[in-house]
Amino acid sequence: MAFRNYILVCGGTGCESSRADDIYKNLIAECEAQGVKDEVQIVKTGCFGFCEQGPIVKILPEDSFYVQVKPEDAKELISEHIIKGREVTRLLYNKDKSHKHAQVEEIEFYQKQFRIVLRNCGFIDPEKIDEYIARDGYSALEKVLFDMTPDEIIGELKTSGLRGRGGAGFPTWMKWNFTKMAENDQKFVVCNADEGDPGAYMDRSTLEGDPHTVLEAMTICGKAIGANQGYIYIRAEYPLAIHRLEVAMEQAREYGLLGKDILGSGFDFDIEIRLGAGAFVCGEETALLQSIEGFRGMPQPRPPFPAVKGLWQKPTCINNVETWANIPVIINKGGAWFQKIGTADSHGTKVFALTGKIKNSGLVEVPMGTTLREIVFDVGGGIANGKEFKAVQTGGPSGGVITKENLDTPIDFGGLQKIGSMMGSGGMIVMDEDDCIVDVAKFYLNFTVDESCGKCAPCRIGGRSLLNILEKITNGKGTQRDIDNIHSIGLAMRKGSLCALGQTAPNPILSSLKYFPEEYKAHIEEKRCPAGKCKKLISYSINVDKCIGCTACARKCPVGAISGERKQAHIIDQAACIKCGACLVACKFGAVEVH
Amino acid sequence: MSENKIEFSPELVVFIDEWRDKPGNLIMVLHKVQSEFGYVSREAADEVSKQLDIPFAKIWGVLTFYHFFKLTKPGDYNIQVCMGTACYLKGGDAIVDEIGNLLNLEVGGITDDGKFSLEAVRCIGCCGLAPVMTIGGEVFGKVTKNQIPGILKKFA
Repeated sequence: MAFRNYILVCGGTGCESSRADDIYKNLIAECEAQGVKDEVQIVKTGCFGFCEQGPIVKILPEDSFYVQVKPEDAKELISEHIIKGREVTRLLYNKDKSHKHAQVEEIEFYQKQFRIVLRNCGFIDPEKIDEYIARDGYSALEKVLFDMTPDEIIGELKTSGLRGRGGAGFPTWMKWNFTKMAENDQKFVVCNADEGDPGAYMDRSTLEGDPHTVLEAMTICGKAIGANQGYIYIRAEYPLAIHRLEVAMEQAREYGLLGKDILGSGFDFDIEIRLGAGAFVCGEETALLQSIEGFRGMPQPRPPFPAVKGLWQKPTCINNVETWANIPVIINKGGAWFQKIGTADSHGTKVFALTGKIKNSGLVEVPMGTTLREIVFDVGGGIANGKEFKAVQTGGPSGGVITKENLDTPIDFGGLQKIGSMMGSGGMIVMDEDDCIVDVAKFYLNFTVDESCGKCAPCRIGGRSLLNILEKITNGKGTQRDIDNIHSIGLAMRKGSLCALGQTAPNPILSSLKYFPEEYKAHIEEKRCPAGKCKKLISYSINVDKCIGCTACARKCPVGAISGERKQAHIIDQAACIKCGACLVACKFGAVEVH
Repeated sequence: MSENKIEFSPELVVFIDEWRDKPGNLIMVLHKVQSEFGYVSREAADEVSKQLDIPFAKIWGVLTFYHFFKLTKPGDYNIQVCMGTACYLKGGDAIVDEIGNLLNLEVGGITDDGKFSLEAVRCIGCCGLAPVMTIGGEVFGKVTKNQIPGILKKFA
């Protein structure tokens, strides 16, 4: 090692927003001030994944894992850890453990994880191509350019069993093969980085932490299918990822790894970035192509599939960011190596954005076949604040809920489908007892109705009708007939919609109805919301035995609906109450009750 | 068509020139226009129509299809409250209500002095920090109702 210590500072969007950039700058300044700047290298890396505990700073070679670091901690980290060789215990993640060092491998959050896609995130500086190259970067490209034929490349993918990570799980090698077989003078490679699932950020972190892997993979695909131009379609809402891609593309061109005559092989390939503009439906491949062409992002009937007639009517191979990130590893280590990981139906790993009411939210990559229980309780540390687990939603607005009974289902494409959900792109939202399942279904439906492009009637009208029914139910006006209507409208949408957005939009409501019928029943028959979430169905009152008359609730009430003398029990005027719940939060004595 | 003229900066004119002959240039040009003005006014769309020789109706169709494009001027500080799933479950709607109450604003509205505008947005990709809001691009994570007056004060 040229340096005595390496300090890795997380530069993902999550940590940056908690002032990781200031930490980085302060560490540099402190190294200078304390005279160790020649002995220490400070690197701003991509996301470590453990976003709950951010901002994260890791110091090598001791592998000390510092969490929730503040910019003012920089001085102590340098003077104690770097100069005196003593870890700053108060900032360590595993501070209670008796080990001398809190090894990263010992943190439960990382134990069951296996990183292929995120292999470089948190290890390299994403804005330096040399660091990517030092970790085998671009060696797969070199291999395909000089040692492999297009058929061998596609054959390797076939052996690997890699399936598309964008949601549908179509075998990647087939997509490539169809595009290769289509005869045309011009073909295109497209990266779908329009991560629209609300509650998922796998692609963002991959692009921010390891942009070169996507560039390398797209170039490999270009060679395999005979394309010379690629496009990355990325959400405009991801400025940091866009910036890092631009930097990476520029450096790759400088190194002769992108552009004309790559590495002297005679193969030309270049990539352009195209920005999305906030339309969920553009994650659907035909809509995405429409958007690149500058139109409204409306899905088109398939066939013809993009592999035959895609961008500007030319054969086009589209894959999602996570799929791309697997490619260089498969080429380097071989399809057979990859094929051994996972289950019979799904190979490799899957990245999930584990969020919601979970203790350790963050980005996790696990081998296919890991059970939900392992992800939620081992990796995620279980439910936050000692609450009871209720359900997990995978597949976002297209997926369904998974209950306690199905927690031991191994996660793969087939397994999730069997229990009424889907893999989706990787959002994994954990709900606890405080979440109303009808309200969550309404949330998702609201989203899909808002995002429906309006082209086909089953999606446009069906979605709206379902939402109206859910609004009725959460307002306490639902009837048993509404439940029947949900089923028939849902079926019509599944069968009749043009694209996956409409076909899957009823999933959250149908699956929650299947697994939580009693909760719908409570809303409809008893006009009661068991989780206490639906405002029209709840009321707040003050328990006179517990109220000590501190007036805290009355002072917080925005509409002055609470009255009472000091040191006397207070009462809520039900007619004036807007059910905002401010009193419940304000009361320190548990006297405010929800009914 | 509107009578008002709008002036594009030299930088924007150069950008449009560079993209003029590229297929599928419209959305990229509209992004650039929005980053210059903060929104795409009718006059600006009209000018783009002339510059790129694309019918105004098509441009307006694209602008109204995509959520990212704003058709009205946002406040000096645009407040975005994330309403992605994780943020929603952790009380993003209460954050919207609170800001609305404090600034007397509706979602999609702008304060009388033009200082703040309020938007409820889809996932901004910081789900680990839910609930999340941004003001003028600065991200605030794990926001509680009580912190909001303090956060707003920073921009007052």
